[in-house]
Parts: sequence; C-alpha cells; structure tokens
Amino acid sequence: MKKCKSASELASLREKLAAARDPKKPTIVICAGTGCLAYGTQKLIDNFRAEIAKRKLEGTVDVRTSGCHGFCERGPLVVIQPKQIFYQHVKTEDAGEIIEKTILGDAVIDRLVYRDPATKEKILHEHDVPFYKKQMRLIFGMNGQIDPRSIDDYIAIGGYAGLAKALAMKPEHIVDEVTKAKLRGRGGGGFMTGWKWESTAKAEGSPKYVICNADEGDPGAYMDRSLLEGNPHSVIEGMVIGAFAIGSSDGYIYVRNEYPLAVTNVTAAIESARAYGLLGENILGSGFSFDIKINRGGGAFVCGESSALFASIEGRAGEPRQKYVHATDRGLYDKPTCLNNVETWANVPPIIVKGAEWYASIGTPGSTGTKIFSLVGKINNTGLVEVPMGITLREIVFGIGGGIPKGRKFKAIQTGGPSGGCIPEKHLDMPVDFDELSKVGSMMGSGGMIVMDDRTCMVDVAKYFLKFLEQESCGKCTPCREGIYQMRTILDRISEGAGEEKDIELLEWIGTGVIDGSLCALGGTAPFPVLSTIKYFRDEYLAHIRDKKCPAGVCKKLITFTVAADNCTGCTACARVCPTKAATGEKKKVHTIDQATCIKCGACFEACKFDAITIS
Amino acid sequence: MEASRSKRNGATEAKVSEIVARYGHDKSFVIPIMQDIQREFNYLPREALDALSASLGVPQSLVYHLATFYRAFSLTPKGKYRLSLCLGTACHVRGAPQIADHITRTLGIESGETTSDGEWSFETVNCLGACALGPILVVNEEYHGQITIAKTNKVLAALGKKVETDEEV
Ligand SMILES: Cc1cc2nc3c(=O)[nH]c(=O)nc-3n(C[C@H](O)[C@H](O)[C@H](O)COP(=O)(O)O)c2cc1C
Ligand code: SF4
Ligand code: FES
Repeated sequence: MKKCKSASELASLREKLAAARDPKKPTIVICAGTGCLAYGTQKLIDNFRAEIAKRKLEGTVDVRTSGCHGFCERGPLVVIQPKQIFYQHVKTEDAGEIIEKTILGDAVIDRLVYRDPATKEKILHEHDVPFYKKQMRLIFGMNGQIDPRSIDDYIAIGGYAGLAKALAMKPEHIVDEVTKAKLRGRGGGGFMTGWKWESTAKAEGSPKYVICNADEGDPGAYMDRSLLEGNPHSVIEGMVIGAFAIGSSDGYIYVRNEYPLAVTNVTAAIESARAYGLLGENILGSGFSFDIKINRGGGAFVCGESSALFASIEGRAGEPRQKYVHATDRGLYDKPTCLNNVETWANVPPIIVKGAEWYASIGTPGSTGTKIFSLVGKINNTGLVEVPMGITLREIVFGIGGGIPKGRKFKAIQTGGPSGGCIPEKHLDMPVDFDELSKVGSMMGSGGMIVMDDRTCMVDVAKYFLKFLEQESCGKCTPCREGIYQMRTILDRISEGAGEEKDIELLEWIGTGVIDGSLCALGGTAPFPVLSTIKYFRDEYLAHIRDKKCPAGVCKKLITFTVAADNCTGCTACARVCPTKAATGEKKKVHTIDQATCIKCGACFEACKFDAITIS
Repeated sequence: MEASRSKRNGATEAKVSEIVARYGHDKSFVIPIMQDIQREFNYLPREALDALSASLGVPQSLVYHLATFYRAFSLTPKGKYRLSLCLGTACHVRGAPQIADHITRTLGIESGETTSDGEWSFETVNCLGACALGPILVVNEEYHGQITIAKTNKVLAALGKKVETDEEV
C-alpha cells in the first residue's frame, strides 16, 4: 500500500474503499472477540470458510470476523448481512445450513434465532434485540462493522477522518473542542480531558509523552480490552489527534499482559497505520510526526495508577510516588505526559468529526457522551453495554440486562470495582453519571457493573475486594498495607461468626484512616466497598454478628446444607457429586447429608435439579 | 552431571543474550525482556536471571525485585497442565471460590503451586476479561466457561486425573 501523503489522498482512498464495499453483498459477520473465541468460534470461522469454498462461493459471499459485539452471553454470535439476521449460540456444524438456508435461500433457522426471555417473542434482527435496542453505541457500535485487522474497513466507514480534520486545525482549537465537549476521563477519576491536554501542551520540556492506559486491572470490567481488540484504530486515531494537539512525538500503549489478542491486534494496527502514513514521520504530509510503542504490563493492578505506570514503563517496580508535581508537568522520564484511558481516546475522533456541541448534547450537563459498562454477575443478558450518561440503573439492569436469572431478587449493583461501592435497590432509579454515583458512596470507576442477587452475601463481597486489594497493594505506605490487612481480618472474623458489634465501628474507624493516610488512590479508595456495604446492608452484618447467620447462604462457617424431603426425588445427583460422600441415599429414596463430613462446597446444591437442597 | 549442567547453562545464557540483543541492550526494556524469558522457559530460571543481570548490566536485586513484584512472573516451573481460575468479581459472585477449593482439594495444591510430579499447576487470576462466561477455568490457554464442580471434574479427568465424574451432568 502506498502512503497517503495528504488529507485529500486519504479521502479518495476512502471513496474507493467505500465503493468497493458492496452493501448488497451477502456477508457473514462472525464475532471473534475473546468471549466468542472462548466458546470455540475459531472452528466456526474455519468451517464457514470451508463450506463457502465447497460451494465455490468465494467471490459471492464474504466472511468478516469482527471484534466483540457486546452480547457475549449469547456467543458465538453471527450476523448475516445485508439481511441483518441475528443468530446466537451458533455451533460449528451450523455453518453449512446457514449458507444454504439463510444466504442462498430466504429461510431463517428457528433454533438459532434470539427469543426474548420475557415475552418468548422471536427477534430476527440484531438491532431489534432489546439488549441492543436500548443502547447508544457511538463508540462500541463500530466493532460489528469492521474487521479489527483491516485498516481498510476502518477507513471505509469514516476512520481517520477525524485525524485529517484535526491536522488542518490549530492545536489549541482541538484542545478547546475537547474541553467544550466536556469529555471526562473514562479510566476512573472522571478528570476533564481537555484540561489535562491543555496543561501538557503548556508544560515546559521535551519530548512530551502521550500514553494510553490499557492496564484494565479492575476485576469485572473488560470494555477496554474489547475496544482495543475490536477497534484498535479508533484508539490510535484518538492518540494521534491528542499528540498533535499537545505537541507530542512519542506515545505508548500500556496494555495488560493477560490480553494477548489485544496486543496482537493493536500491534498490527500500528503497523498498518504507519504503512498508510497515518502514524510515524510526516503524518498525512502535514509535517507532524508521532509514533507509538507498546508496553505489556506485568500483571499488577497498581500499575494502572499513573506514577506506577510510568515506573513500570521505565523498567522499575510499579510503586506510586507522591504527586507534588502533576504528570502533565513531569510524568514519564520526568517529562510532560498526558495519560488517558482507552475509552477516553476512542471518544476523541467522533468529537472532532461531529463537533463539541453535538457531543455535549448527549448525556447530562456534568457528564457528557456515552459510557461503556460491563454488565456482569447475576444478570440475564451479560455483556458490554454502551449507554448515554444519565440513564437510570433500572433501565440498565432490567431494560437492557433483562433482570435477574432464575426469577431471583435484585439485591445490589456494584460499580467502580475495588474503589467503588454496592448500590442497593432503593437507588435503582438514580441517573448514572460521574457525580451521581459518587453521591451514593460509589463511583464510576472504569465501568464494571456487577449485579448481585439475594444469594450474594454483602460481607463476603466486601471481604472479596479487600482480599484483592491486600494482594495488590504495593506495600509502600503503612495505612494501605496494614489497614487493609486489619480490615480483612475483621471481616474474616465476622464471616466466621466470631465478630462483635463493635467491629462495625472499628471497620469504619480504620477505613477512615486508610482513606486519609494512603499515598495513592488504591489505598485512598480501598475501604469504599466495606463502607458502602455497612451503610446500606448493616442488617446483614448484624445477622452475621448477632445471630451467627449468613442470610444469603454464602459464608461457610454459618451455613448448613440439608435435604428438603418433600422435593427430593432420590435421583442420586447429589450423592454422585459430593466429594466427601457426605450426601448419601438410595435411588428413589430421600437422601441425607451428614453434617460432620460436609465441607460445604455446594456441589450438591449446584447439582440438584429439584430444589431439594436447602441452605440455611 | 556437572558437564551437562554447564552445557545447559550455556544454552540458557545464549538464549538470554539473544533476547537481550533483540532489545538493543536497553535497560528500560528489562520487564519486556523478562517477559520474553518467561515465555521461553515457562518460568524464570535462576541461571537465566543471572545471565540477564550480567548481560544487561543491571543488579540482581532489581531483577528479583521485578520478578517478585509482578504477578506475571514465576520463579518456579509451571506444571504440564496449567490451570488458571478466574477469581474476578463476576466469577466470584457466580461461585468461583467453590471451584478453587475443589481444585485445591483434588490436586492437593494451593493457588500458585505445582504438584511435586510436575504434572499440574494451579493459579487464580483476577479477571480474564471474559466475564460473560464466568466462572472461567483456563487450562493451557483453552477456556472452559460457566464451569461447575462437576465440569471441573470432567476437565481434570480428560487430562488423566483420577476423579469421579458424573456422566449425566
Ligand atoms: C490503583 C489504580 C488503578 C488504576 N487502574 C486503571 C486502569 O486499569 N485503567 C485506566 O485507564 N485507569 C486506571 N486508573 C486511573 C489512572 O490512574 C488515570 O487516572 C487514568 O488512566 C487517566 O485517564 P482518564 O483521564 O482518561 O481517565 C487507576 C488508578 C489507580 C489508583
Ligand atoms: S496506597 Fe497502597 S498501593 Fe498506593 S502507594 Fe500506598 S501502599 Fe502502594
Ligand atoms: S470476573 Fe472472571 S472473567 Fe471477569
């Protein structure tokens, strides 16, 4: 491919590519995001190719592998274009039938069609599925339209038009535009992106660095991964625009080592962007040069923190430092540095193309645009959802997420990961944006939303996060290192039935100390999961402490498994799975569980199809 | 014995120098270099770290600081079958801890350990980024989603571990 030497060359290339994309040509779009690949989608892709070859349809039917569509729960996902027929849970051997019936013929294969779990109604088209219908997929929607390995696909649908436009603008106007759009960082803190750019642009020193934070250590969040895997060019384009606005020549993408596909796709994207003259020397003939290096993280959550991330890139252990001086003045290698999150960067091109006014009209006055959330846990429609800021939690959980599986009761939704909190049912109607979430003692964080039902124990959840943070604390400062440990020990005690009422106060007291005394935000926010659960679920703590009971049936020391004789059919399922042979009984007779040998692993509960195992 | 060890060390050193050279002997790449060493040997062998410290000119204290700070590094060899269980939040609320207990009970090793015969190693990880499939068990890069105790048994049995499996599940 020859380099594009100007914006007009890029524009004519786009015209050519778009013209070559025949919208009427039958195309099989197969989701090849990590979720679907884990279901074995690679075999399905191979089989589609083989079935096409067998029928000599290579020139007439296209196969496009795309990034994550978001509805991972239903994978492997296939969309037949241009008919927009949406197939879910597709098996490798379905490929031939799909080609015969849906592409060559006009029939729809019933068993692969999505059914609304609530109404049982069949839904043929992807855009009519309630999960997608209620979303606003400005950033994430492109994933389904392109092959992440094809820069041509991205350019054909308008990619790099933002860059071309930006290069014709004055750098300070770009910064203005981002500030006017009121874009706030999607990495957790919600800091105004335009301000950060402005400070870095004005700072003394060179070179200046532009960094993309793709460490995504927050457990339960995976939107950054899916963006980088599914649409790496949108992130790169955002970074080049930012670099031009700031006056930076060197960029880094710091990506989690656990994300091999993201590393592969973004590496390939960087290479093709260079080959097209969109990255590297003299970008689009503008005289501006900027290049990006990839840095794989070492698997430490704290490296998502800015100063720890810089240390890690410099080849040191990722320990945060005091921030008397901002990273925008002295960051990586002590040079002015602008660090933004993956999703933040991906929001930049549409702002430049469509303008700040358009962008600011989406969302709420304080939080503009959309946000991608990973809606996971005890929820029917698990996956990634992109919604305008200001939508209510209820709409997300019940409208898009389809409510709680098995007819169980919603209990809480956890947002903000280890820095966030659990929000109870009474706040379900609150609008979701940066400020509202903080008001109820949680935070936006990177966008994880973990739904919990009545079988989730809040003491256990709090303990889970503390254990995570205890492992991930870098250990540099005492309040974080020791405080988290002490709080976790107290929670252990409570979950074992050995807690005292004054422990609750003690947790709050230590928690305040950890918040006030920690150096970085890891420690500074670590107590939130505990404090928010105490605030909203104090009764559950008290049940553990006073009555020595775990109402959700999770804390092992406080529960017993018994057989409900009325429901037991004597199917022997429990006896067969019980690892200690505590569950026993004859076929077709009521079974029993020996409490002395029961280790409370829950295998019987999981295996019983007749609701005959009671946890109390 | 002595001769074969020094031969092996020689091969390790050569491999390490090759990796270090790939990064132009630039000290700031010490972490990616260690990642490549780990990928090569499946863990960070002591001789390799010695060689790294010598050829890159960085102190051993730094190398070991990094090796113990970052989770991705392991100073002990991994087993033939490497089990990684996700204990991220989504997997946690869907019952992953019970699976972890079960694996520990069945294989007799805690997270981070390898069985003495070198067959199995087990580790827990914080979110693999495929939460919709949780709980997730990865065996040598192969994903098993929505795992249960019964499914875990099947996976282990398929790899030759003697466990009772329940055919009907
Ligand atoms: C312990 C800790 C972990 C963090 N992890 C991440 C992360 O994985 N990804 C991310 O984008 N930001 C993370 N952050 C926030 C970053 O420090 C930084 O604020 C952010 O990347 C700035 O980008 P933004 O302004 O676009 O949000 C973390 C912060 C802390 C304190
Ligand atoms: S607050 Fe915790 S993670 Fe942050 S610097 Fe201190 S010890 Fe390290
Ligand atoms: S919590 Fe297990 S994959 Fe995310």
